[in-house]
Parts: sequence; structure tokens; C-alpha cells
Amino acid sequence: MKTEFTAQTEITPQLEKKIVAIAERYHKEPHQLMRILLDIQKVTSNAIPREVAIVVSRVTGIPEAKLYGFVSFYAMISPAPRGKYVIRMCESAPCHVTGAVAVMESIIKTLGIQPGETSRDGRFTLEYCQCLGVCESSPAILVNDMIYKNLTPGRAATLIEDYMRGDVS
Amino acid sequence: MLQETRIVLRNVGEINPVSVEDYRKRGGYESLRKALTMPPEDVIAEIEKSRLRGRGGAGFPTARKWSFVLKAESEQKYVICNADEGEPGTNKDRIVLSNDPNSVFEGMAIAAWAVGADRGFLYLRFEYPYVFPILEQALQNARDAGCLGKNIFGTDFNFDITVVSGGGAYVCGEETALIESIEGNRGEPRFKPPYPGISGLYGKPTVVNNVETLANIPVIMDKGGEWFSKTGVPSCTGTKVFTLCGNIAQKGVFEYPMGTNLRDIFETHGGVKDNRDLRGFMLGGQSGNLINASQIDLPMDIDSCQQAESVLGTGTIMVIDDYTEILDIVENIMKFFIEESCGKCTPCREGNIRIYEVIQRINRGEGKMDDMILLEELAETMNIASLCGLGQNSSVAVITSMHNFREDYLKAIERGRRA
Repeated sequence: MKTEFTAQTEITPQLEKKIVAIAERYHKEPHQLMRILLDIQKVTSNAIPREVAIVVSRVTGIPEAKLYGFVSFYAMISPAPRGKYVIRMCESAPCHVTGAVAVMESIIKTLGIQPGETSRDGRFTLEYCQCLGVCESSPAILVNDMIYKNLTPGRAATLIEDYMRGDVS
Repeated sequence: MLQETRIVLRNVGEINPVSVEDYRKRGGYESLRKALTMPPEDVIAEIEKSRLRGRGGAGFPTARKWSFVLKAESEQKYVICNADEGEPGTNKDRIVLSNDPNSVFEGMAIAAWAVGADRGFLYLRFEYPYVFPILEQALQNARDAGCLGKNIFGTDFNFDITVVSGGGAYVCGEETALIESIEGNRGEPRFKPPYPGISGLYGKPTVVNNVETLANIPVIMDKGGEWFSKTGVPSCTGTKVFTLCGNIAQKGVFEYPMGTNLRDIFETHGGVKDNRDLRGFMLGGQSGNLINASQIDLPMDIDSCQQAESVLGTGTIMVIDDYTEILDIVENIMKFFIEESCGKCTPCREGNIRIYEVIQRINRGEGKMDDMILLEELAETMNIASLCGLGQNSSVAVITSMHNFREDYLKAIERGRRA
């Protein structure tokens, strides 16, 4: 995936402490892995890059290669650093037939980046995603854990501008 | 005008979702209490009387699934709730889980008693992060009230549920891929057999049921299988929770008896939005099919849909208006399957890409008549040779649209010939 945000994830002692604390929840229970990685993403660059995987591997005992296989399989976990806000536009059929294309065009114009890219300031990553499961209120986007529904190009632009100004946290 | 028949959605909007007291005031957990006084075989016999079939899309009889697991000999067994509702156009499980999670927990607990399990997992798709806190809080309240956990209702039956997250992979809705994902692996489907009922999570006998299936269980135990079987049609009993989406006037999630006519559902919810004309429907999600407006008189149950070369699937009804190009939808659908194919088996990994290329070519006006035959061949190969339902069904929209919207294909090919 093409990304302008190429800064390495620097593992400061504070960050390492946070990662270790989350990874210690593993307790050799494989079913914990997904949530651990999703939670770690929230304290890193919204990703599990190699530097982070090394720490997780050390704490959990899961080989680094296996972690990479896992991270690269799931759409919602990324081995490459992403912005503070990951904006996901649903491109599945129910959103597609109710105006998703025009909404995405509006978001692209407002953010000034293409799908798959991260803004220069490292705040926003724009992605397409598949069905968000709110088809009764399509078209929809997910910004980190927040869902926004029944979007029009105008409403989407206003929402993104709110995020850009920092009015939404 | 149809009236809803609310069995699965019985508590939606009526209770505080996380309140176990609210749920119990409406008879909640009484079915579990009752089940715990019965031998497991009798619980399964009651479900068998209801003739309940799985609501995740495949329609397998629930009682049969449970009896495999009951008969399997093992120290450890599991119950998994499949809440990886990834089929585009399907929102029903989200509605149930965010409004009435206890009905699903109670269904899981009854299943656990019936098969001899003491541990449950609820696999919630990543895309519903806001549902997590509701489930966690509802679970804690249910434990505090003694409805889940150790020595439920003072018996020696223990059962607890762990909520686990998906990672945004559609294929994890397939039960063996889902199990792989819970085990901390890439969500790649396993070869079947053995089925999860024999060798499931961590190699142990495992029940995997859909959210909607499980939400039916407490009602069946309360009112009896006989009562339940009177709703719907004989071969397919009970209700179905439908998701109405796309270009329909009133979108939403609604519950009607199995066998309800598609036209009645469509008209009850206002027909096409903005008074446009109806072109057709996408039924059963993106792995389902595309039918045209003349095929609207269709009883919506598993077998009737199958007989009409259609599919009920997860109960998705996406309305398509006359402003929408069918080939554009088909192209969109194939792009979805390219992204969601796990890559484990060749027919699916390569086939979806080849079909997408041919559809794009036709859509661009560069198609040939032979491309229609090529599509049929690719689809047949994938259907026969793919490992799981994803690859077996990803071309259904292509094939059904070629049959039901043939003129769209011919027009696009003709356009290319003239250019």
C-alpha cells in the first residue's frame, strides 16, 4: 500500500511499557491475540510494524514471522504505520448503489489524499473497506471506532473538516 | 401491508440492552432454567420439533448440529456464536446484539447444556467496535445475576462466554476460518470433514451457530418446538430477520415469517425510493443473486428461493433502481471477492480476478460474445473446485445477472462492436 507517512515507529521506553502491558494479557490464550493487537494499534502508529511486533513476540512467545502472517492477513491491522485517524469508506454494494462514490470523491477532495494514502502531517489515513454492516443507513464511513451514517457529499465534507480542525476527538 | 412477527426481535426497543433485570422481567433466562431440569437429549428433541434451521445462510438443521456434538466424546467442548456478520447488506445480527444480547447468551447457554460444553466464544466482527462495550457490560451483569458463570441457578452447570474480535476478514464468517481466527491464526478455512461438531476449536467438538439462530432458542424452549413450527412454512419454520437496503424507500431490519412474499415486503416498505422504477434485487448478500423486477413474486424461505434458482442466504434484500447499472454492481461485487479471498486455494484466489477482468472488459465495451461462455466456465470451475463457500459462491451474482439481465450484457458487448 502506498503511503506518504514513512516515519519509523520509534519505540520509546514509555511506548514499550504500554505495549508490554497490553501484550501481557496474552497468558498463552490464542483467542486474546486479535484484541491485544487491536489495542496495541491504539497506542502505536495505528499499526503493528516490525519494531512493535518484536516486543509483542518477546512478551507472548509467538514467533515474529507468525505475527507478521497474522497482521498482514486482517484488513483492520496494518504492518505499515497509519494516521491517527483511519477513515474507512464502505465500498460494498448497498453503499455503492446509494451514493458512496460521490461521498468518497468529496472526502478525497477535502482531505487532499487518495485512498491508501496518509496525510503529510500523519493525522489521516484514507482507506476503502468492505461492508460496515449499517446498510440500513448507507452510505457510511468508520473513523477509528466511530460510525457515521446516511452521508451525502456535503455532510461528509463537513464531518472531515471537523476532524481536520480538531473539533472531534 | 404486512405486520411484523417478532420472535428474534422480541425485546428490541423494549428493554435496556445491558440490563439483565429488564431481560428477566420479560421471561429471560427462564428457558435456561427450564432446560437445566431436562436431560440434554430432551432439549435437543425440543429443538428438533421446532425444525429450526441455521440462519447464517446454509440452513442446516440446528438440532442435528447439536446432536453431533452431544454424541462426540470429549472432556472439553465449545459453543461459538458466529457474529462475524460480513455479508454485505446484512445488519440483523448487529441489531440483535446491540439491543438484546442476553437472548443470544441464553441461546448459547442452552446449547452448551445440550451438548456438554462449559465455555463459549462470541466472535464479533471488527466493524462493530461500538457493540463491544454493550456485550461486555451485559455479560458482566448476567454473571453477577448468576445467569452465567459458575453453578448457574444453583446447579452444577458452569458456562461462561468470552467475546473475541474479528479483524475485518469476510472469510472468517466461514465456520472453520472463524475457528482458525479464534486460535490466533490467519483466517483460512480448513478442509471439511472433519466438521467442527467433531473437531472444532482446538480440535474439540464445537457448536457454531449464528446470532439469529441462537436468539430463537430461548423462545423455542419457552413456548415449545411445536408452537414454533407453526410459523413459517413446513420445510422452513419460524421467522427470518430481513435487512432491507439499497434503493428502497424504508431501509431497515424487519422480521417476517419464513415464506413471506418478496413483493409484499417490498411494497410494505414503500417500494423504490424517490418514485424511481424497480430494476431488480440483490438477494442473500453479495454471495447471493441478482434477480430482475419480473421475479418479484418469490416466497422468501430457504427452499422456495432455491427452487427459483435464488437464495435466501442471510436475508438481505437490496433494492436496485433503474438509475443503477447492473454490470456496475457485478463489477463491484467481484472486486469485493478479490479482496476477501483468503488466497489459500487456487480456484478462488485466481478465479475471482479472472472473472473481474472479464466483467470489466465487457463493462468497458470491449467484450465479446465468447466472454459470456468464459464467465460460465470460470464460475463452474470455482464452484466445483473451491475449498469453501466463498469461492464456491462468489460468482453467483455473475451467473444470475447473465441469466436475469442478459440484455445488459448484450448491450454492453454490442456497444463495443459498434465502437
